[in-house]
Amino acid sequence: MLTSRFIQDDKAGQWFLGILLLIAFAVPILNLLVPPDSALHFSTYSVTLLGKYLTYALLAIAADLVWGYLGILSLGHAAFFALGGYAMGMYLMRQIGDRGVYGNPELPDFMVFLNWQELPWFWQGFDMFWFAMLMVIVVPGVLAYVFGYLAFRSRVSGVYLSIITQALTYALMLAFFRNEMGFGGNNGLTDFKDILGFSLREDSTRIGLFLASALALALGYLSCRYIVSSRLGLACVAIRDAESRSRFIGYRVENVKLWVFTFSAVLAGIAGALYVPQVGIINPSEFSPLNSIELIIWVAIGGRATLYGAVVGALLVNYSKTYFTAALPEIWLFALGALFILVTMYLPKGMAGLIKRKEANA
Amino acid sequence: MTWSNPIESLRQRDRVFDFLISEQPPKLDLSHNIILYLEGVSKSFDGFKAINDLNLYIEAGELRCIIGPNGAGKSTMMDIITGRTRPDEGQVWFGQRMNLLTMDEPEIAEAGIGRKFQKPTVFESLSVFQNLELAMVQDRRVLSLLRACLSGEQRDHIDEVLEVIGLKDLCFDPAAKLSHGQKQWLEIGMLLMQKPALLLVDEPVAGMTHQEMDRTAELLTSLAGKHSVVVVEHDMDFVRSIARQVTVLHQGSVLSEGTMDQVQNDPRVIEVYLGEG
Repeated sequence: MLTSRFIQDDKAGQWFLGILLLIAFAVPILNLLVPPDSALHFSTYSVTLLGKYLTYALLAIAADLVWGYLGILSLGHAAFFALGGYAMGMYLMRQIGDRGVYGNPELPDFMVFLNWQELPWFWQGFDMFWFAMLMVIVVPGVLAYVFGYLAFRSRVSGVYLSIITQALTYALMLAFFRNEMGFGGNNGLTDFKDILGFSLREDSTRIGLFLASALALALGYLSCRYIVSSRLGLACVAIRDAESRSRFIGYRVENVKLWVFTFSAVLAGIAGALYVPQVGIINPSEFSPLNSIELIIWVAIGGRATLYGAVVGALLVNYSKTYFTAALPEIWLFALGALFILVTMYLPKGMAGLIKRKEANA
Repeated sequence: MTWSNPIESLRQRDRVFDFLISEQPPKLDLSHNIILYLEGVSKSFDGFKAINDLNLYIEAGELRCIIGPNGAGKSTMMDIITGRTRPDEGQVWFGQRMNLLTMDEPEIAEAGIGRKFQKPTVFESLSVFQNLELAMVQDRRVLSLLRACLSGEQRDHIDEVLEVIGLKDLCFDPAAKLSHGQKQWLEIGMLLMQKPALLLVDEPVAGMTHQEMDRTAELLTSLAGKHSVVVVEHDMDFVRSIARQVTVLHQGSVLSEGTMDQVQNDPRVIEVYLGEG
């Protein structure tokens, strides 16, 4: 009863999950069973593109959880995404084995190139899928926990916190750019061959990754929904609206912030791990502060504190990005800026506000 | 105890070893019938002494009104009691055993001190019911909050409080929709959900109509006895209608204390309120 209550009252969420389910069924059929010359065929390129955007949508949900419900404007959330991506990338690198350019069975190509003799200690274990998946969760989680512990305990909030998160992602970017760090420097990790023995070039593997992304998005949405509709979610909103008041009632504001922030970072890490095998590369530019800001724009355009709005925003902005950067590359940034201004002026609650207004009228 | 023989002193102890005492927070101890002690408390901000050697004792179950001109240190005193500000010197004890100066805001709230702010602060985007639900006495650890479910007993308690504060019909409306007076009431309701032993109420009737004021007076007097209530208020009519004991603060320390009549006839109070002349 408790498990179903949180989704029963969530009309928009039911729609969202329904559409996601439909896509998860339709896309593989249209891609694998419909012949390529048919008008209904869904190309593998489109599958991968959509899969990539679904991981963005999961990242947007994670950001919405902390920004929309808890009022923490994290401008460094892409860092957790990138860390999850690197953990996955390290697994994929180890899977290449002796098929690399230098044919070294143990060392990835860039290490051979740097004349390294043996695998650094932090690369140990990444040849095992389960270990890599554990790291996808643990690394962003631990970083978020330590960062949050220090920041929230000293009551850093508002703009100051946003600036520190920017600094965090920027610092990580600079660190990962260095060759000595052992993560491939500015080239990052690429040339992946296969995952769990399935070749990344196969259509079926791409479909599998796409389905995994859709599943992760659905589960991510459900878990966030569960949190925000629990009493913990109420406490989050209370903290967002009147932090010191919730302290005087007896809430440990820093603990609530810390755990929700950590959970959100883990979700972002999972999104990153699913992103990397689909785009086939992870490099330090994923840590770029601009990425985190763009992520916030997705959420703002989709509508804060709705969760499904974040998904709408992520898909809308990224599809228009794909379209504009192909059709009119010079004006993409202007288009993004215009979209952002229009939404803040006419739809202060984002696209989700539009849906809600319709519901209220009906 | 003979310290010359340490072995002997270990054997003949009149209390258990310190490490055997459990870490549990001390219970509120009212054996001397005093719920709140402020002794020799001083606090200055940039050289300005907001509180100056303040001594104040609140009895258990008492309804105490604190009045004083602006800048007398009333709000700073509230801040010190609730852990928001730390005094420069002095002692603040809750009952016999709890040293409030070693506790932070949530701990103090859990120990049983509830506070209503001057400006009503309720959680605007949550419903009236949810506001009360959050204020309820409960396990506030993160995981318990995640799994929390409203029990019948808790629902009854919320309904009871909704009845008392007269917001039953509005209980599913967001708190942002309430009028100023209703927000004040909701905040008092949230205090009641906390079941505190000591209520600190900062200007409860500011911006209320006369009718609302009467109801507030009635409510606060009915609370005294079960709870200790400290009211900071400017409105003299209101203070007269509820107060048994009045404390006048001036320049951060107690100027006069007694019944309303005693206080009003105190020449020092008259001087402060009517100006030196």
